[in-house]
Amino acid sequence: MQATERAAAGQKAVIVLHGVHKVYGAGDVAVQALRGVDLKVEAGDYVAVLGASGSGKTTLMNIVGCLDVPTAGRYLLDGIDVGFLDESQLALVRRRKIGFVFQSYNLIPRMSALANVEMPLAYAGIRGSRRRERAMAALEMVALTDRAHHMPSQMSGGQQQRVAVARALVTSPSLVLADEPTGNLDTASTADLLAIFDALNRDGRTIVMITHEHDVADHAKRRVQLRDGLIIEDHRLVDLGEPPPLLASPSVAS
Amino acid sequence: MKAAEVMRFALHGLSANKLRSALTTLGVLIGVGAVILLVAVGNGTSKQIQANIERLGTNTLTVFSGGFGRFASRASGTQSQSTSLTLQDAEALADKAQAPDVYSVSPETSTSATVTYQGSSASATVTGTYPSYFKASNSPVQYGTYFTATDVNKAHDVAVIGTTLAEDLFTSAGDAVGQSVSINGTPFQVVGVLKSKGSTGPSDVNSVAVAPFTSVQDTLTGYGSVGEILVQAVSPSTTSAADTEITAILDKRLGVSASSASGSSAASRFSSSPFEVLNQTQLLSASTSSSHTFTVLLGAVAAISLLVGGIGVTNIMLVTVTERTREIGIRKAVGAPKGAILGQFLAEAVMLSAFGGVLGIAAGFIGSAFTIDGVKPVIVPSSIFLAVGVSVLIGLFFGSYPANRAASMRPIEALRYE
Repeated sequence: MQATERAAAGQKAVIVLHGVHKVYGAGDVAVQALRGVDLKVEAGDYVAVLGASGSGKTTLMNIVGCLDVPTAGRYLLDGIDVGFLDESQLALVRRRKIGFVFQSYNLIPRMSALANVEMPLAYAGIRGSRRRERAMAALEMVALTDRAHHMPSQMSGGQQQRVAVARALVTSPSLVLADEPTGNLDTASTADLLAIFDALNRDGRTIVMITHEHDVADHAKRRVQLRDGLIIEDHRLVDLGEPPPLLASPSVAS
Repeated sequence: MKAAEVMRFALHGLSANKLRSALTTLGVLIGVGAVILLVAVGNGTSKQIQANIERLGTNTLTVFSGGFGRFASRASGTQSQSTSLTLQDAEALADKAQAPDVYSVSPETSTSATVTYQGSSASATVTGTYPSYFKASNSPVQYGTYFTATDVNKAHDVAVIGTTLAEDLFTSAGDAVGQSVSINGTPFQVVGVLKSKGSTGPSDVNSVAVAPFTSVQDTLTGYGSVGEILVQAVSPSTTSAADTEITAILDKRLGVSASSASGSSAASRFSSSPFEVLNQTQLLSASTSSSHTFTVLLGAVAAISLLVGGIGVTNIMLVTVTERTREIGIRKAVGAPKGAILGQFLAEAVMLSAFGGVLGIAAGFIGSAFTIDGVKPVIVPSSIFLAVGVSVLIGLFFGSYPANRAASMRPIEALRYE
């Protein structure tokens, strides 16, 4: 826990996990997915969560993303104890604070890229013209303005994932969560996507990314290793205040 | 999340599977169309029956000498009762003091006779009566005029004949006026021809000759009893009062005991009285209630098809929710509140059923434009509101279960669904 201790003073913690347990099923078939995870992520950090399949990293991500609730333990997001929130407040938190990027893109078919990106704004009650503006700006960040009116089926995997990133960014969340975002992508698309993440982190976004590829994890400032539902290694690669280590344009520093 | 957004998402969801949406809509369309059309047919039948009865005159009462009463009274040992109506009975009914609600009294004596004119002949019902008969029985003349009270007093041999009879004997109905026809050998001068009436029974109501009461008695029926007495009440609303008054007068005149006369229902009158009063209003209400039952029955059958259409909506919405579980998960993951998901699927269900309802109204209107088995359907406005209201409620009710299932999904489980 040396990394968190070093950055603790003066830094605002976005994620604080205290003894988080998650059990699936009950009785004889109960599966311990998380066995007491303690984790603290400060604003502006770029964390890669590594682990073999079944190590509990997706469960951890779902709890951090407020898609699932821990069986035991506390989770504070931006200082708010998520355990005390009801369903509608959780929906509000997902909409306001978190941007989610999934391995399988999870775009809604039969809706254009623009409509997919606009969707979180529609649920936030933002008006049509303003919504379009912001969605186009988000698509511009992932360099897909020319594909705005394409259907997901008309786009490559890399493009679809970039639309998903735009959707995650459109509400300007403080925290971006990515669950193996490069898992289905080829090398070129992976590079494009990680460049976007690097730029986002440089601009101050907190990023937590699940991966099992070490060269993807190399983009992060901090590496957390999970095994059998426990954190076995927590290693800081780059200081919190520094730009991400593999940022494409080294001239830009925060 | 605005209502317009919810509608937009719902419309998008429906248009994603157009054929399925169209077929579900068809189910509701048939249900709503059937309700509107079948209720219109029932209503049309009822209107037709009412029109037929109203043609007879709703404010008239017909007094018959009762056939049933005789046997009943003989069985009970009352032997001295008079068994048929006389002209004096009819005149007693015209007493304004005792029967203030009676407008006119027309005694009738009828017989079948052969009417001839210059070699052509036809059989007709010849009725001897008073001039008030024409108004009471709703029988205006088309050509010529009516006979008068003077004709009755002086027993003039004049007649007003029906259109069928006039056409049978003359080249055109209008030619009959002023001609002399022979009724069972007695010459009668035709003074008028009645307007054609719609037939309400097996016999042709236009094959008639109407002549003064006295002259028909003189020449055809003799001076016996009066067949029936046609009584016209002052207005349709006083028909029942007139009924009570003439029953009281006749009970007194014909010596019906107080106990047997006290029963005001038709049944007791049939069983114990020497006369019987047929009230057109009663006939009207009886047939109205039977056609109402008929309408309700038709409506119930149609309502079943509407219910089936509603179940179709539920079925399709359940399929849709299952099929789009992943989409629901995605929407929830990006922060869709429960209400928005509920609203979207509910709106889809209501749109399906409401759209079906609107098309069903159109189908009902188109169907009602045709005459079905001799009945001209008459649309009941309330059935339209009912059908549309029910179809929207069906959407809400039958859509709420699938929509609620969608809204209650845990995002994590919905996302995992393949």
